[in-house]
Amino acid sequence: MKGRHLLSIKDLSKEDIIHILDTAEGFRDVLKRDIKKVPTLRGKTVVNLFFEPSTRTRTSFELAAKRLSTDVINFSVPTSSVVKGESLIDTAKTIQALGADFVVVRHASSGVPHLLSEQMDASIVNAGDGINEHPTQALLDAFTIREKKGGFQGLRVAIVGDILHSRVAKSNIPCLRKLGAEVRLIGPPTLVPEGFAGEGIHLFYSMEEGLRDVDVVMMLRIQLERQDRGFFPTVDEYFRLWGLTEERMSLARPDAIVMHPGPMNRGVEIDSAVADSERAVILDQVTNGIAVRMAVLYLLGGVKS
Amino acid sequence: MKVLIKNGYIVDPSQGIDGVGEILIEEGKIKEVREHRSGGRRDKAEGLLLEEEFKVIDATGLYVFPGLVDMHVHLREPGFEYKETIKTGTLAAVRGGFTSLCCMPNTKPVNDNETVTEFILRKAYAEGACYVFPIGAITKGQRGEELAEMGMMYEAGCVAFSDDGMPVMNSLLMRRALEYSKRFGVPIISHAEDINLSAGGVMNEGMVSLSLGLRGIPAEAEVVMIKRDIELARLTGGRLHIAHVSTAEGVRAVRDAKKEGLPVTAETCPHYFTLTEDAVRGYKTKAKVNPPLRTDKDIEAIKEGLSDGTIDVIATDHAPHHRDEKICEFDRAAFGISGIETALSLGLTLVRDGVLSLPGLVEKMSLNPARILNIRKGTLKVGEDADITIIDLNKKWKVEPERFASKGKNTPFEGFILEGLPVITICKGKIYERDN
Repeated sequence: MKGRHLLSIKDLSKEDIIHILDTAEGFRDVLKRDIKKVPTLRGKTVVNLFFEPSTRTRTSFELAAKRLSTDVINFSVPTSSVVKGESLIDTAKTIQALGADFVVVRHASSGVPHLLSEQMDASIVNAGDGINEHPTQALLDAFTIREKKGGFQGLRVAIVGDILHSRVAKSNIPCLRKLGAEVRLIGPPTLVPEGFAGEGIHLFYSMEEGLRDVDVVMMLRIQLERQDRGFFPTVDEYFRLWGLTEERMSLARPDAIVMHPGPMNRGVEIDSAVADSERAVILDQVTNGIAVRMAVLYLLGGVKS
Repeated sequence: MKVLIKNGYIVDPSQGIDGVGEILIEEGKIKEVREHRSGGRRDKAEGLLLEEEFKVIDATGLYVFPGLVDMHVHLREPGFEYKETIKTGTLAAVRGGFTSLCCMPNTKPVNDNETVTEFILRKAYAEGACYVFPIGAITKGQRGEELAEMGMMYEAGCVAFSDDGMPVMNSLLMRRALEYSKRFGVPIISHAEDINLSAGGVMNEGMVSLSLGLRGIPAEAEVVMIKRDIELARLTGGRLHIAHVSTAEGVRAVRDAKKEGLPVTAETCPHYFTLTEDAVRGYKTKAKVNPPLRTDKDIEAIKEGLSDGTIDVIATDHAPHHRDEKICEFDRAAFGISGIETALSLGLTLVRDGVLSLPGLVEKMSLNPARILNIRKGTLKVGEDADITIIDLNKKWKVEPERFASKGKNTPFEGFILEGLPVITICKGKIYERDN
């Protein structure tokens, strides 16, 4: 893997991605052992720098870092001096001075991981920036798809929901394309920008058309505040038109799987019957996330002394 | 002091001068302008050298323009002196070859009353390196709710009115402003942006904004407001000037309005004919500006608009900011470019590219803004203030913001090698030299 940081899927080649997935396979085996810890990164320090509330991603990174025997510090907004008006740059420099080897950052503004990579020595891992990217989510999704489907060639993956604001979608689209899958983007026209259409990427405004014969249905969380911003009239109407129901799932291939990055809004974007069905691999995604994040930290290596 | 500028190539479209000649300055006024080819005798000018009190500027190989006029500047004083002051902003102006500028009213307090106007003028008189012509706010506090005291500000010295940066969204109020301003014959300057369409946007909406995950401002946010204001100019007969046109469709709307003979003028800025949205890649906050940098198609249309006269003026929208306001999250970074010290060099690229003739460029950067504002500037006519810019067209220089006189070092042109430099600027009886 080139570079010291993981800022964007766009910076990775197909080979880089496959190398990360292969490495994650090894770590997943570690996680199945009785003693789920390896000494690989002992003595290194990982700082989880979260400017947005997050439980899942932060916990996943924290576990991944601990399984690699690093020391982990969680630096999150409510307990930090950010609320006291400290600038992002000052926060970054403080964390650098504490001796961080890795900084896992989540921030509401797109581009913050890029800015930190210019200002800090540590390896920066993007854990979600604004409406830009969430690269480790795309990698764990790819890992899960490969595990369930064996590969990506000829695979049809539908991504459903608020594409415009979803960092999960924005990392998954380039990731899946690099790996050779066909991508369908489904959602209301207000949330599916035409600019995303391209080679191997098709847009659908109708679930009935878009879901036909797909192998993977990747649901996105609908942010309830989008309704206030006028992107769609009501949550009820959203579910009527774009909610994933068993009936709609029957349009997909019989062996199609259902994914969701969590947390789910049952009854908004996904019906409980689907979320709890055999096809749902949502909890596998959570488990795989730890292995994939271990692989990312391991391959980046942190600060070289 | 008497100054003789000799052997310079004089370009003064206000009186059709385009050739080598001499300019004589006395008591800060133009005393004499003589073109060699029009029969003026060189030896007579040389003879003047014998008088010892003359300072002689040998402008052989250099070009002599009427001092440049920038009708769109943010001087930040009062209220934001940490970004710029009247002193540093006017020093930056003369360094950029400008001898007159208009300052926008978005200060703290807003220039929405005669007291602030008088403060600016008094400060500029005492400390300003160049002439300052304030632009008053259209509405009180630039809040877009009720008209400011335009008449009193006009009498205090405001030459135009604008809520720059805060578009007047209320169409009725904009109508009233265009009507009311007819009493004074001054233009209403429209910052054309539908803030509902642009809400939350930080760069041009398009492939680059999608790729960077940054919220976009569509071109239409500008276009719909230009079109609205043109309709209101038609309705009222008030004089409308469109600030910083950045879009192809905006250029087209102004062109159509002019064809109809409506009282509409327009300006653009150097960054809009030089850079595209690609300059933002890598989350470069120095390329964050409002309106945002657009696309190649827009650049072509703006050049065409400059060439065919649709766009009357090149202004800078000089917007200095503190470094901390640019080294931060892209969403939080301030909009704006510190542009007054690079504008002329960027304008000269239009001449080299055949978009404008040299007199054409002088019109856009000096004569036309003076005419739109109805100020006695932009000319080398005998008896006028000796505001003069002398340019070395071939001088190559590297943009190094730390050398700016402006407090604002925020330029996306950092490191660019530009060609053409205002090596001498004469204003208010002083001679300013610049070598980089």
